[in-house]
Amino acid sequence: MDKLTRRKLIGSGAAAAASIPVLHEVVPHQKVHDGLAKAAGGSEHGAHARQNGAGGSHGSGHRGVVGRVDPTVNGFDPRLIVRDFDEGTTRRIAGGRTLREWKLVAQDKEIEVAPGVKFPAWVYNGRVPAPTLRAREGERLRIEFVNGSSHPHTIHFHGIHVAAMDGVPGIGAGNIEPGGSTVYEFDAEPFGLHLYHCHSTPLADHIAKGLYGAFIIDPKRKRPQADELVMVMNGFDTNFDRSNEVYAVNTVAFAYEQDPIRVKRDELVRIYLVNALEFDLINSFHVHANFFNYFPTGTSLEPSELTDTVIQGQGQRGILELKFPHPGKYMFHAHVSEFAELGWMGFFDVVD
Amino acid sequence: MESATAPAKRTRPPWLLGLLPLVLLGAAIALFVALDAPGLERSGVPAEELVVDRTVLRPGEIELHVSNDGPDPVEVRQVIVNDGFVAFEQSDEQVGRLDGDKLTLTFPWIEGENYEVALLTATGGTISHSIEAAAESPEADAGFYGLMGLIGLYVGIIPVAIGMLWLPWVRRIDPRWVQFLLALTIGLLAFLGIDALLEGGELTRDGPEALGGAALVWLGAVAAYLALTGVDGLMARRSERERSGGASGFRLALLVAIGIGLHNLGEGLVIGSAYAIGSLALGATLVIGFALHNTTEGLAIVAPVAEEKPRLRRLALFGLIAGAPAILGAWIGASAFDVSLAAFMFGLGAGAIVRVIIQIAPSIRDSAGRYLHPLAVGGLLTGLTLMYATGLLVSV
Repeated sequence: MDKLTRRKLIGSGAAAAASIPVLHEVVPHQKVHDGLAKAAGGSEHGAHARQNGAGGSHGSGHRGVVGRVDPTVNGFDPRLIVRDFDEGTTRRIAGGRTLREWKLVAQDKEIEVAPGVKFPAWVYNGRVPAPTLRAREGERLRIEFVNGSSHPHTIHFHGIHVAAMDGVPGIGAGNIEPGGSTVYEFDAEPFGLHLYHCHSTPLADHIAKGLYGAFIIDPKRKRPQADELVMVMNGFDTNFDRSNEVYAVNTVAFAYEQDPIRVKRDELVRIYLVNALEFDLINSFHVHANFFNYFPTGTSLEPSELTDTVIQGQGQRGILELKFPHPGKYMFHAHVSEFAELGWMGFFDVVD
Repeated sequence: MESATAPAKRTRPPWLLGLLPLVLLGAAIALFVALDAPGLERSGVPAEELVVDRTVLRPGEIELHVSNDGPDPVEVRQVIVNDGFVAFEQSDEQVGRLDGDKLTLTFPWIEGENYEVALLTATGGTISHSIEAAAESPEADAGFYGLMGLIGLYVGIIPVAIGMLWLPWVRRIDPRWVQFLLALTIGLLAFLGIDALLEGGELTRDGPEALGGAALVWLGAVAAYLALTGVDGLMARRSERERSGGASGFRLALLVAIGIGLHNLGEGLVIGSAYAIGSLALGATLVIGFALHNTTEGLAIVAPVAEEKPRLRRLALFGLIAGAPAILGAWIGASAFDVSLAAFMFGLGAGAIVRVIIQIAPSIRDSAGRYLHPLAVGGLLTGLTLMYATGLLVSV
């Protein structure tokens, strides 16, 4: 029996909990009996009947979550996040350069990470992962940060910039206290796939609770036209024992198993893959029945490897490019099998 | 009370005065509830305490019987078995306080392997439960109950009956040696009493706390002690009326039989439940061990009647009282094992035994009125040693 001492571990979390009582309300969710095993045919879920269901290749369906996460309750939907790139707003500044601006607001928010399972997250702009910020190499970037959370936070961007813009406590604006705000401003360099995250201490907590997102700097020489996807691999320590109970790409366990990502046959698919996982040292990505070109950190236009499995440590990321030559459903998941069966598993649905 | 005021007060019936505090208490509670417990809003997050009482394994399926041991309702939302989510069904989405629920997991478990189950609740908390050396749970059909009955027979009735066959021998030996045997009986019982207390305590360690936990063992002990004292008092009054004493040996034997019977009830429970969860190797060693162990219990019953002329039917009845509860216990344990119930029953056994020991104690006094004379001490130690040694053969 686990005596849930977790509440003590969040320390000042009592204040956070008190500030979000409204979100504690039980979400109206589907009957738990609508197990994945039964949902295998997909037809039981009228609202989601657009897919045939992932269960076809799921065998007896003995592995999987029971029920579904309602995206309207979370306020974000992994099915949309996967193709959602936030390019902010732009305007010309002196010297003919482009200034690109975003506003990010930190908040305390309870989210549903697996059907029926709540997690008291900290979020940028209401979602986990945070918006995928996308800029062009050489632009001037300006990010206004407002801390609407009950804890101090920062935004630390991976990239090349001056110390004052690094978003760490004690340097530059340092920690932004609740209610405070600041502006981070720097040049977009180098091109590639990066990430941003909160750098307040305790660091693992501030990241694991959801304050992270992908940060793409496109090269001046454009990459080839492709169907672009962003996948932030993450996990959730729901009982605060310093290990994750739930794993996923883009937060919701098995989201793309229940609703496969539809792609076109023979069309180039580009995946921006970021590992934001805490507590576990490595994560991985494996695609079935196919191989992909891998561009580590996306800092080169030449792939380093043609493979079907790639491992990423904490904070590592890379770009994958592949085409599906055959129609059908193809699994992708962490080849760390434990993560796969705890939620980090999905399907591509290749159509003509 | 002053005589002048007394008649005036007598007009009010006494029961009304006795009821007054209760009525006031009821009114206070009603007011408190009506005002919705002012100032006592629950702060913080719910405390989720779920206990897995029983695990049933069927091919491709794990059934968990859980009960809510904490103050708040618990909602199990997902189930993890060995680092993987599994499909499951539950009868209720929410398990209320002191309420129970059945979770049926679809999982292809492998015989002999260990499994770690985590119940993931709505708040993200986990309740973990280990399944060691998975084995299919026996179906509770007629054959199963027959088998349990047979185990009870072997463990309870037969050894006790065999032990009682020492009676003719006991009756022929020197009365001083009868004292030795009575002391030995006390030794045996002391061992059983301590064993029952420890066993009950051990059970409650993983059991629900809400129903009392370890306190149940002691509650059972006190209840059995008091009940047996009452029964003894009744029997004493009756036998006095019938033939002015003389039947104390039988009374003693009956009490010993009841005490041992209550102990065997608990023993049967543990055997039955161990068998039901597949953790009991029903080997010959176990049966032989129990036979040896419990044969000494038969001796304990007949020792007090060494100087009487016992009727066979009465002796048979004593044997049944002492041995048959093992069968009952095995049935209950195998079909509806409940930690709290078992702990309470072990407490009953222990309390009964203490009462019986106190009852027998005067019989071992020597002519000088000493309790712990060399022969008695020898008997006590022999009894303890005997139980300890035969107990080594039995480990459920």
